[in-house]
Amino acid sequence: MMSDLSQTIHGFETEYAKTRRKALRLQVASTLLFAGAVLFSAYVGGFFGFTDVTLPSGERVSMPKLWAGLPRLGEYLEKTIPTLRLTSLGPDLAEWFWRWETWLRLLGETILIAYAATVLGVAGGFLLSFLAARNLSPGRWLSILVRRYLEIIRTVPELVWALIFVFCFGVGPLAGMLAIGVHATGSLGKLYSEANENIDMRPLDGIKASGGSWFQQMRYGAVPQVIPNVISYTLLRFEINVRSSSIIGYVGAGGLGQEIRTAMSLQEYTDLSALFVIILVSVTIIDFLSEKLRHRIIGLSEHWT
Amino acid sequence: MLELYSLKKSFGQVDAVDDVTVTIDAGQMVGIIGRSGAGKSTLLRLVNRLVEPSNGKILFNGRDITKMKGRDLRLWRASCAMIFQQFNLVERMDVLTNVLIGRVAHQGFLPTIARHFSEAERAMAVHSLDRLGLLPQALQKAGTLSGGQQQRVAIAKALVQRPEIMLADEPIASLDPANATRVMEALRKINREDGITVLVNLHTLDTARAYCDRIVAMRAGRIVFEGLPNELTRDRLNSIYGVGDDADFEIDESVTSTAIAPPAGSQARQTTMA
Repeated sequence: MMSDLSQTIHGFETEYAKTRRKALRLQVASTLLFAGAVLFSAYVGGFFGFTDVTLPSGERVSMPKLWAGLPRLGEYLEKTIPTLRLTSLGPDLAEWFWRWETWLRLLGETILIAYAATVLGVAGGFLLSFLAARNLSPGRWLSILVRRYLEIIRTVPELVWALIFVFCFGVGPLAGMLAIGVHATGSLGKLYSEANENIDMRPLDGIKASGGSWFQQMRYGAVPQVIPNVISYTLLRFEINVRSSSIIGYVGAGGLGQEIRTAMSLQEYTDLSALFVIILVSVTIIDFLSEKLRHRIIGLSEHWT
Repeated sequence: MLELYSLKKSFGQVDAVDDVTVTIDAGQMVGIIGRSGAGKSTLLRLVNRLVEPSNGKILFNGRDITKMKGRDLRLWRASCAMIFQQFNLVERMDVLTNVLIGRVAHQGFLPTIARHFSEAERAMAVHSLDRLGLLPQALQKAGTLSGGQQQRVAIAKALVQRPEIMLADEPIASLDPANATRVMEALRKINREDGITVLVNLHTLDTARAYCDRIVAMRAGRIVFEGLPNELTRDRLNSIYGVGDDADFEIDESVTSTAIAPPAGSQARQTTMA
């Protein structure tokens, strides 16, 4: 009996050591693979590239591209720094933000584009997410079709959608709203459908067994389970959409972006920094408020259905 | 009257339910017993049409259930209420709404979106919650209730479906003895007072003996016994649950029993009902 037992233990120990050796080998191999992939992509991206530089002495030398280019970044940033003197701070600031009336109006437009686009994205994404979710979709092919559709519309960048819609509907915020809305539909549809795929299916079974249709299973069984996630993702998306809509005007789709383009092409460097400050401040405020709201709602939604 | 004719359900190579022919008379409380994996759950799910039969026929009062589709099917499901081991309530919604979900088969599209139920339906739900002693919890979230309370909410929901037959799939398997007794008593009361046929899967033999008019035993998808509880002799039990070649294996009912009182008296009670 005793030897029987020790044999079992010995067998287990051997087996265990083997499993651990295997796990270690896998770990080492995957670390090496990862490091190799990082180095390779850096190489392809020109990280280790060289460029010819003319020194003040007239001598031409070859030096790492990264090293040679860094001072130029500083140069560019330096140009955007406005002249602000303590003695005349008011007038200096007024000069820096000389187009503040236009910019404020465009900032409002930017936020409204983001808002409308989020509404559009939520409506489309929420409806499609139930068809896309593998566990909920009424048909396997329908779910594959909807998932591919969501993939396609979110793979096309917002700027490309904006170019297409500017071509269709002309310059202005309508094109921007549609562009960001379509992209947001794709992203939100994906996020929502993943939330859908993680729900407990038993309540849906209970509703089905009571004679509930597919729609009723979604309404009563799935929606209450995903609503906190849906709200959280939606607010997060609104923050992202504000960022997107502030650049989308670059291709004529409304918002602050058009000013960025003008400033760049006219080489009004201090305008660029002023616009950057405006966007940074408003995005920070919106992020802060939406995060507060998100936490409030997640807490509140405990009482919702 | 519920009639099953050579009912069969295969999952791949496995026949979960294999050639089951049985008749359940109206108003009876019938227990289905058998080992885990014997096909008891699948059988109930076949009757409710949550699972499509591979073969065979289900008749209820002469109507063919197996062919039903769309609205007819949903109304059938409503009329044969199902109770699950894990309660299957929407935990994030309040108890009242969970009970009202029993009315979904009669609810239109727009009321569904608005979660609107008629006053009459609300009154039904309140009444049935009160019957199960759960009205004080009506506005609480279903998920905050104990297992026994949740199962009684599920029974209240089943009641507002105005069912003709009730299917209970291991309704007490996740409950403690006190709650298990309350749930079984509730099922018995519904069976006796409302005349609703009750078909219940049970793990514990003494519960089956104490509450059921008839017992159907399944093994490997087939029916191996059908009769009165007191006809379940030791030999028959061994053929239902036995592990075959292990001669020493005997079933001790007191091991699996969830009753607070010893199951000895249940036999006597049973004979008076049969």
